[in-house]
Amino acid sequence: MAATFNLREAFQTSGVAEILDTLDRELIGLAPVKQRIRETAALLMVERVRKDLGLAHETPTLHMSFTGNPGTGKTTVANRMAGLLHKLNYVRKGQLVSVTRDDLVGQYIGHTAPKTKELLKKAMGGVLFIDEAYYLYKPDNERDYGQEAIEILLQVMENQRDDLVVILAGYADRMAKFYESNPGFRSRIAHHIDFPDYTDAELLHIAEIMLDQQSYRFSPKARDAMGDYIKTRRTQPHFANARSIRNALDRTRLRHANRLLETGDGIVTPEMLSTVEEPDVRNSRVFSQGGSVEKQTIA
Amino acid sequence: MRITQGCFSFLPDLNDEQIAAQIEYCLGKNWAIGVEYTRDPHPRNTYWNMWGNPMFDLKDAAGVMMEIRDCRKANPENYIRINAFDSTRGWETVRMSFIASRPKVEPTIEMTRLETGGRNIQYTHVTRY
Repeated sequence: MAATFNLREAFQTSGVAEILDTLDRELIGLAPVKQRIRETAALLMVERVRKDLGLAHETPTLHMSFTGNPGTGKTTVANRMAGLLHKLNYVRKGQLVSVTRDDLVGQYIGHTAPKTKELLKKAMGGVLFIDEAYYLYKPDNERDYGQEAIEILLQVMENQRDDLVVILAGYADRMAKFYESNPGFRSRIAHHIDFPDYTDAELLHIAEIMLDQQSYRFSPKARDAMGDYIKTRRTQPHFANARSIRNALDRTRLRHANRLLETGDGIVTPEMLSTVEEPDVRNSRVFSQGGSVEKQTIA
Repeated sequence: MRITQGCFSFLPDLNDEQIAAQIEYCLGKNWAIGVEYTRDPHPRNTYWNMWGNPMFDLKDAAGVMMEIRDCRKANPENYIRINAFDSTRGWETVRMSFIASRPKVEPTIEMTRLETGGRNIQYTHVTRY
């Protein structure tokens, strides 16, 4: 009689289900991303059980590439990924080391290799997250030290798959170019995950959560105004999804504070201090003119 | 002649798995790990060559093992030792040190006596390869 194993129970007790649930709850939208993470978690779970039951198993490669427009949550998800992989026993320690080109590439000959290696060593047992990875490769300068960092990365990604997970992130079009010129990277990364843009409803939901975290809230009319804001803002240049929303909310809080100070008799209640009203949102320059507001200090 | 210095040197040589486990112990105590190598294990040769900088803020032994492997490849037939440095105020010293690699044939250390005035004896130790 063959040994049996309750997969679902193992899934529940390992704490993985819990992480996936928080991921679902706390991250709005991103359905394809969550789907992929769920699949990865399932695969790792099955591999683990196969190992326990003495079946042939091979540790899957988990290097990942996150592509998507600005503000679609790539960094946020990478942060969660480290915790998830740790719970799944895929990485031993579960720390996230977040780097950009500056941290990897040196300033003179012979400076790059030790710098890259040091960071790789720090990331061992965890996740190395390389934000805006395409900056590593500068095709217009053939003596650029970025190439050296890439070679070391590739070597470690290949030889020490069990020791760390590398996640590259960046905007889709530039990452595509990056992979074209570095085919080694493309083939060593098994998981290419594309982060879709948020819908208007999702952005509104995100806005409410962001406000809630700062203990503010929309009045019903302000909420409608925010909906209009998102619709208008999307059509304007330099739209960066959730990041634009965060910036908009920062400016809204400025107007909210200013309104409280300038109008009325100066007597405020906690209610007033935490409720964003319609004019706070409506007075944004996004409504009055077509231009970008991102570059101006106060809209 | 088998050189005995540092921890574990009277035990059979540690294998890589055991070395990694010892390093995990050191990292767990927040000690910084340094890799050093030499051809000359003379007891008075305190300062061995450093293989790169000491490694601070590591989380996992895999990084150190990578350096040890590289060091072995570049310096075969050398002694390689691991130093674990404790930076806690009041300690600020190497807390643990052990040999991670030895040459296949170890040199001998020869002692010569020299009688000087007043029947004093001076001792000299020389490493013979």
